[in-house]
Formats: sequence, C-alpha cells, structure tokens
Amino acid sequence: MSIVKIDKITKVFPGGVRALDELSLTINDGEFFALLGPSGCGKTTLLRTLGGLESPTSGVIEIDGKDVTWLKPGARNIAMVFQDYALYPHMNVLENISYPLRVRKFSKEEINRRVSQATKALSIENLLERKPSQISGGQQQRVAVARAMACTPNLYLFDEPLSNLDARLRLEARTFLKQLQRELGVTTILVTHDQSEALALADRMAVMDKGRIMQVGSPAEFFHKPANYFVASFIGSTPMNLIDGVIESDKVLIGKRTFNIPGKIKNKVSDGQKVVYGVRPEYVRVSKEDGHGSASGKVKVMENLGTHYLVTIDCDGTNFRGTAADGSEPELNSQINLRAEEGRVLIYDKQSGDLIE
Amino acid sequence: MSTNIFSRKRQIIEERSLSERSFSFIFILLVVLFFGVPLLWLVLAPFDAITTYSIKWPDWTLSNFSKINENPYALRSLVNSAVFSAGTGFLVILVGAPASYVLSRVKFAGRDVFLYVLLLFSSIVTGTAAMVPLFLLALKLNLLDTHHGVILVLTGGLIPASIFILKDFTDSIPKSYEESAQIFGASSWRILRDIVTPIIRPGLAVIFVWTFVQAWGNFLTPLIMIRDVNKSPAANMMYAFYTEGGTAILPLVATFSLLYTAPVLLMYLYVNKKYGFRFHGGIKG
Repeated sequence: MSIVKIDKITKVFPGGVRALDELSLTINDGEFFALLGPSGCGKTTLLRTLGGLESPTSGVIEIDGKDVTWLKPGARNIAMVFQDYALYPHMNVLENISYPLRVRKFSKEEINRRVSQATKALSIENLLERKPSQISGGQQQRVAVARAMACTPNLYLFDEPLSNLDARLRLEARTFLKQLQRELGVTTILVTHDQSEALALADRMAVMDKGRIMQVGSPAEFFHKPANYFVASFIGSTPMNLIDGVIESDKVLIGKRTFNIPGKIKNKVSDGQKVVYGVRPEYVRVSKEDGHGSASGKVKVMENLGTHYLVTIDCDGTNFRGTAADGSEPELNSQINLRAEEGRVLIYDKQSGDLIE
Repeated sequence: MSTNIFSRKRQIIEERSLSERSFSFIFILLVVLFFGVPLLWLVLAPFDAITTYSIKWPDWTLSNFSKINENPYALRSLVNSAVFSAGTGFLVILVGAPASYVLSRVKFAGRDVFLYVLLLFSSIVTGTAAMVPLFLLALKLNLLDTHHGVILVLTGGLIPASIFILKDFTDSIPKSYEESAQIFGASSWRILRDIVTPIIRPGLAVIFVWTFVQAWGNFLTPLIMIRDVNKSPAANMMYAFYTEGGTAILPLVATFSLLYTAPVLLMYLYVNKKYGFRFHGGIKG
C-alpha cells in the first residue's frame, strides 16, 4: 500500500542526545520491516518520528512520494500499536475499537461493519462488552491490533508489541501477526529489541546503533553475512566466534595457529593487518578423529541446546565455540579437533569493523 | 526425626504468634476505643433527653433537633458551609486540573522548583501569619463579608497542594493514551474530553472531597472575613451554642456537631464507594 522513504533524518533531543544521525532508509510496499537494536539505539525514536509524535531536527520523511515530515500524526493515515497497547481503561473493547472511527466521523453503519470485520478477523467478538482490565494480556494485544486494523491505515507501526506477553504466548502472537500482515498486505514497521522476533517476522530488517543504521537486508543476509563487527556480535541466538588475529601470508594467525581465509579476499588483505576472524558456532564442526580440523583443543563447557550441543573449546588460551549433534557430542575435558566450514568464515577489519569481501 | 523438628518449630512459631497476636489485639482495641468512644457519644448524645458527657443508652427524643431547627442561624450556617465548600472545591478543580495537567505533560526549566515553591506558599496563604495582609487585600477589593471572598481565599490556600497531588496522579498515567488518540486523529480538546478527563476523574474526585472537607472545617478565614451572622458557616456557628459565661450548651452542641459531621461523612462514603479512593492507573490491567 505504501512506500516509506526516510531521507537523512536527524533528531537531537534538548540536552544534546543525538537519537537519529542522518539516517536514510526506504521501506518497500507491503513489506514487513523490523527495526532492531540495543536499547537507546534510536529505533523507537525513528518509529515515533514516522508516527509524527516526534519532529525531526532535520531530514525528510515521504510516504508514497508525499512529504509528511511536518504533517500532524492524525493526517498521515497510519496506525500505531504501542508497547503497553494504550487501551483506554474507561472504555470497553467495543468503544476502544470504534473510538478512532468515531473521531474520523464515519457513519454508524460503517463503524459497525468495520468493527465486526476486525473483531472477527482477530476472534475477539465475545469480548466486546469487557473493559481492558478484564481481559488477558494476549487479548489486550488483539484488541489493540483490531483497533489499528479497523482504521485501514496505509502503514502500521508496531512498538515492541510482543514484549508484554509471556514467552509461550509471544510465539503464538508472532505467528499470528505474521499471518495477519500477509493477509492485509499493508506496509508494517516493527520495532523490537528481540532479534529472534525480527528474524522470524521481517521480510527485511535493519539493525541500528547510536542513531545510525548498521545494516539493512533480509534476515538470512543478517545471519549469514553480517556487514560489520557490531551486527556480527549482535545477531544470532548463539554468539558468533569473533576472534582477534593478524594476517600472515594469506592466513589468519591466532595465537600460534593459522586459519584459512576465504580465497576471494586474499588480494584485499595485507600481511600484518589486524583483523577479526568470525564464524558462527553452527558452522564449526568438532570431531574426535585425528587430522579432521585446523585446530585442536580441550572441551571446556558443554551446553545442551536441545537438538545440539554448544561446545566451548579452549585452543591454547583462545575460546572457540562450535556445535556437535546430539548423540555425537564429545566428552568434557577431552581433546578434540575443530574445523570451520568452507565458505562460512567472515573476516572483519579490526580498525573499521567492516566486513572484508 | 525431621518431622519432629518441624512440628516443634511450628509449635514455637505458633506460640510466638499467639503472644504477638494478643498484644496487637489489645493495642488495636485501645486505638479503637480512643477514637470510637467520642464518635459513639457524637451519635448517641443528640438523641438523649438529658445530655451529659457520659455515654449511655439515650432516653430517645428528637427535641434537640427541633430546638436547633428553631434557631434562625443554625441551618442557614450549614447551607453557608456547603456554599463555601462546594464553591472552593469546584474552583480548585477548575484551576488546579488544567494546571497540573500542563505541569505533568510539558517540561520546562525550573518546573520542579516552581512546584515546591508553590507547595511552600500553600501553607502560608491560609496560615495565621497571612491573615492581616489578606484582610487588608479583601478590604481593598470589597471582598469582606461576601461568600465569594471567602471562597477565593480558601481556594488560594488549597490550590498549590491540589496541583501537587493531581500532578503526581497525572504523571502516573502513561502518555501513550494521548499519543494513540493523537495518531488516530483526535484533536487536543477531544483528547482532553474523551481520554484524559475520564481517566483522571478518580483523582479529581479525591481532590474535590479533600478541598471540600478542608473548607468545611476551616474556622479562621470566615471568622475574620465574615461579620454578618447570616453568612457565617457552621464551624463558626458552633460558638452560638455557648452561654454568655462561656460554657457549652451540651445538648445543642452535640446535636449541631452531628449535623455538622454528617454531610462530610456521607460524601466520603459515597466517593469511596464510587472510586475507592485509590488511583487506578492500570494500562496493562
């Protein structure tokens, strides 16, 4: 329904905090887009600026080619679901959902039609008479989504909509949100600090830090090819191996051992260059067999992650993390070989933090 | 073995709690008696044909009430009190509610200092020290011996504390209510009417009752500002039921006291039932 174009947005709060720093971003039509980052990175400020609740210090926001930077929040035809849902406590569910429609002076028939459509889609028809305090957290969230949906906006803004739900409910709500967004096909921007949420929901996502965008791409790109050291250390349910080393004759020297680097970047590095050797634990194979790997060490910690084990191996003082399948896990304190899978190794420049490719 | 130890432990706890409980029971009983006995007198004495300081089962009669009714100033004074109190309550809400809302939602330099200075002044305005300047001011403005003069002075004294309490209450209400309404396109007035006012209504009710009671019980301000006995409130009328020698006419004082107390008590019970005297912020339920 809508293309959102953010052009060099800067937001400086009184007091000098730079929440957004010349940030540019384009969100495509019908896309489910996630903004991810540590707290204080500016993701919520960006969302609130899109909603018109904050005005940028400089920069332009366009929705469908129309400059909305200085438009009132109500004139942008967007709907926002807040982290605390912001359901009005003195109104029942029906009144809550119909309030935006009454504000926009829709006819009674139209309001009834839209309310019944939204409540049916979210299966909350039986809660209409209840007050927000009389329904569960999951139901409150559905009511908040229904209220947003009934407005038929061009753009949905979700501010951590799942963080107030308990773990189990959160997974259900996640699946449900994704399905709903598919059906509606409306451009949706989600702010979250939970990377699994972003990876699961988003078509594309952006990781932010200190008011800047560190990387934009699909969840798969984030997982397989983090563009810089920050994203590499931030993304992934098991932390990535990120080990300091030095380039020495087309290999990385870590401690006393050398490790292979991808062939295609060999002409982009020089001897003595300080780099960070990165590889996901999922791509580090461990084995007891001799001659299997490029390094060996002692198994220090074993963590059971259900289908597999996360193994921490001490290689001459450097900790590597790898994974072993359930059933073929090594013994604690045993000597073991490890090898990074071909093509999965990422080399970052130590100084700039950027991926060398 | 282990069960033995546990049961002995439990026994010790029970013994201790028994002595503790009997102590707290006696303490609470004493407190209840201390506050309850005078109240019992207040309720019973007006209905007694021969009122004394003792509490006894009354010799039931309503003659004391008819005597009060015959006094030309007594009932009128209660009406005067109601006018002062309700007027003060409404004026405090009218001025205090918008002020506290702005103080809660708009950040400006020196806001907190302003609030504390305001609170500091509140104890001065209706305090004894300010009575002479207030009297002179009222004299210059022709406010002496008028109802609205008293209401203005009482309001001035109660507004700072009311703003302070209401601001705290408004602070506890998340901004997201207003922000979501804003995104849905509601105007500022509409948000104030549809969202903010209903949510802070319990706070307003509490402040109204509080200012009402404060004004109802205020003695000094009307004593100084009102000369016409027709305009005097009930708090000052109490002294009409003393003999010239200065002793209280006990049956009448008791009866009038009950009439004086009842409205405030009823109002408290009503508001308590309706709003529960607790601030429900509750955005998450």
